[in-house]
Amino acid sequence: MNPKTLYDKLWDQHLVEDDPNGTSLIYIDRHLVHEVTSPQAFEGLHLAGRKPWKTSSMLAVPDHNVPTTVDNSEIDDPVSRLQIQTLDQNCNHFGITEFGMSDPRQGIVHVIGPEQGATLPGMTIVCGDSHTSTHGAFGALAFGIGTSEVEHVMATQCLISQKSRNMRIWVSGELNPGVTAKDLVLHIIGVIGTAGGTGYAIEFAGPVVEALSMEGRMTVCNMTIEAGARAGMIGVDQTTIDYFKGRPYSPKGDMWEQAAQSWKDLNSDENAHFDTQIEIDGFDILPQVTWGTSPEMVVSIGDTVPDPDQESDPVKREGMENALRYMGLEAGTPMNEIGLDLVFIGSCTNSRIEDLRAAAKLAKGRQVSDTIKQAMVVPGSGLVKRQAESEGLHQVFIDAGFEWRNPGCSMCLAMNSDQLKPGERCASTSNRNFEGRQGQGGRTHLVSPVMAVAAAIAGHFTDPARL
Amino acid sequence: MEKFTTLEGKVMPLDRANIDTDAIIPKQFLKSIKRSGFGPNLFDEWRYLDHGEPGRDNSSRPLNPDFIMNTPRYQNSQILLTRENFGCGSSREHAPWALLDYGFRCIIAPSFADIFFNNCFKNGILPIVFNDKVVENLFDQVEDQSGFTIRVDLQNQNIELPDGEILEFEVDSFRKHALLNGLDDIGLTLQKADVIRDYEARRANEAPWLFS
Repeated sequence: MNPKTLYDKLWDQHLVEDDPNGTSLIYIDRHLVHEVTSPQAFEGLHLAGRKPWKTSSMLAVPDHNVPTTVDNSEIDDPVSRLQIQTLDQNCNHFGITEFGMSDPRQGIVHVIGPEQGATLPGMTIVCGDSHTSTHGAFGALAFGIGTSEVEHVMATQCLISQKSRNMRIWVSGELNPGVTAKDLVLHIIGVIGTAGGTGYAIEFAGPVVEALSMEGRMTVCNMTIEAGARAGMIGVDQTTIDYFKGRPYSPKGDMWEQAAQSWKDLNSDENAHFDTQIEIDGFDILPQVTWGTSPEMVVSIGDTVPDPDQESDPVKREGMENALRYMGLEAGTPMNEIGLDLVFIGSCTNSRIEDLRAAAKLAKGRQVSDTIKQAMVVPGSGLVKRQAESEGLHQVFIDAGFEWRNPGCSMCLAMNSDQLKPGERCASTSNRNFEGRQGQGGRTHLVSPVMAVAAAIAGHFTDPARL
Repeated sequence: MEKFTTLEGKVMPLDRANIDTDAIIPKQFLKSIKRSGFGPNLFDEWRYLDHGEPGRDNSSRPLNPDFIMNTPRYQNSQILLTRENFGCGSSREHAPWALLDYGFRCIIAPSFADIFFNNCFKNGILPIVFNDKVVENLFDQVEDQSGFTIRVDLQNQNIELPDGEILEFEVDSFRKHALLNGLDDIGLTLQKADVIRDYEARRANEAPWLFS
């Protein structure tokens, strides 16, 4: 037998049929649904008189529009309210499990999937959301789809697809103290570029990846799409299997033993062929901060804002000039002199319990700088929030001057009222620093949770290790 | 889905790389539960000088005179010429819906982001990839010639320039067939319902926890 990559194995296990026209029909095990990209798909089903093929494969949750202020569970914006009500109605109508707004398990779709064991190794997982790549951390094939494909999966349980090429990113060595999974993935995006993974499924491997917790692996896979690849993945090891023991949707009893045994094979075979291989030395990575309007525009904390005049490619140079203009930054400015207005800790990239523990550890006994207008912590789910509160983390944040919020996507994409105003500068643990992403005219710098805390305390970026 | 066979249309150049779907259609418009009506908010933050919100009358909003879409010469363009990695970021299908609603049926670039590329074909939009050199040359011609119009022929996989030059492009045969005929993917896949059920039976045997 030819040696296979993890991606090859997942593909083959889900291949329903190869069509002579060059496409393949791929079976989908888990379909995660949120309020923003599903209403038109449900409408399509209604109009065609179709029903979902397998409602038990679906799990729905409102997350993008939900308010995160603790004293406000009602949505003021009637347009947002209608979108969430539409999800409730559609789930009711078709008999789809939904963790509604008042459910204690509600949260960001990419946080609750794994938390519930609704995401499992070896699954194909889709959602009308590009950060579905997160779930690849568990040895699953997970990727974002558009609304037409959401409807297609609802109606047929399958997708018409074409196989991607295989890329492996091997990270050797170790991470330096204070360097996190977020710094690792930002560094990778800086190396391969925002379109470097286009057309590929990326497997992350090597000693640094193996040493990451499941939370860290999710952070890495989450941002695979920021490197252009729809799917990122990591092979299964004992860390993966241990994560799922006893979760509500995990297999039980004999079935657990059988599943856990089969998951062990979810690794690339020795000598499997990768179309592209990239090697990164973990020791080269320092805490990262983005300076521009694409996640690839990233440098280390000790660096300065790059100079477009040093760039020979005219299209890239213009992109850098546009970014500096939008960000209100001058080439040559040391990153650690850039002052902030707001700090946001949250999003499907960095809102899990481990992120909050790391952030709280640094925040403990310290105070958010007077120059920071607002610093907020938005847990990824109701259960993350409850866990953090049982460990007293919320009190640490509140004592330090952070706001402690309810779960949701919040200021990552600013669809609810958590938004930047024009010109405001934010240190954000989210995944996109595009123009206007966190609010029209807002300026986003992507960082790890510890860098976000360090920036909140100092009022400007600074190496968390020096705080 | 509307068929795409041939298209003769004016070309609008948008000279930026890595245009993301947040720029194509900002998040506040994603609250809509409809597929249509996004055209007036296409490139909203670049196109208008004020902040747009769903439900607002866009016709009275101040236009940004520096944004190319607002210059008279490029009004009513149906073909968008742009740079690498167009449509990166969020998977929102509202991006092709907005382009289509505004009137764009074809986009030419050196490369596209994967999810956006796929979403275009589901909505009757033809994304065409040409290499950097060809794209650069097209940018030069569009800027030099007011009213620059090309003819796109999907069946023959080529575009014809005003001077008669023909440029051939690649397109995947399944996607071409679906666009030419305006096919409904779901209907086609449901014809294979028995094959899908056979797969489920086989897979339930190998991985019963996925079907319990």
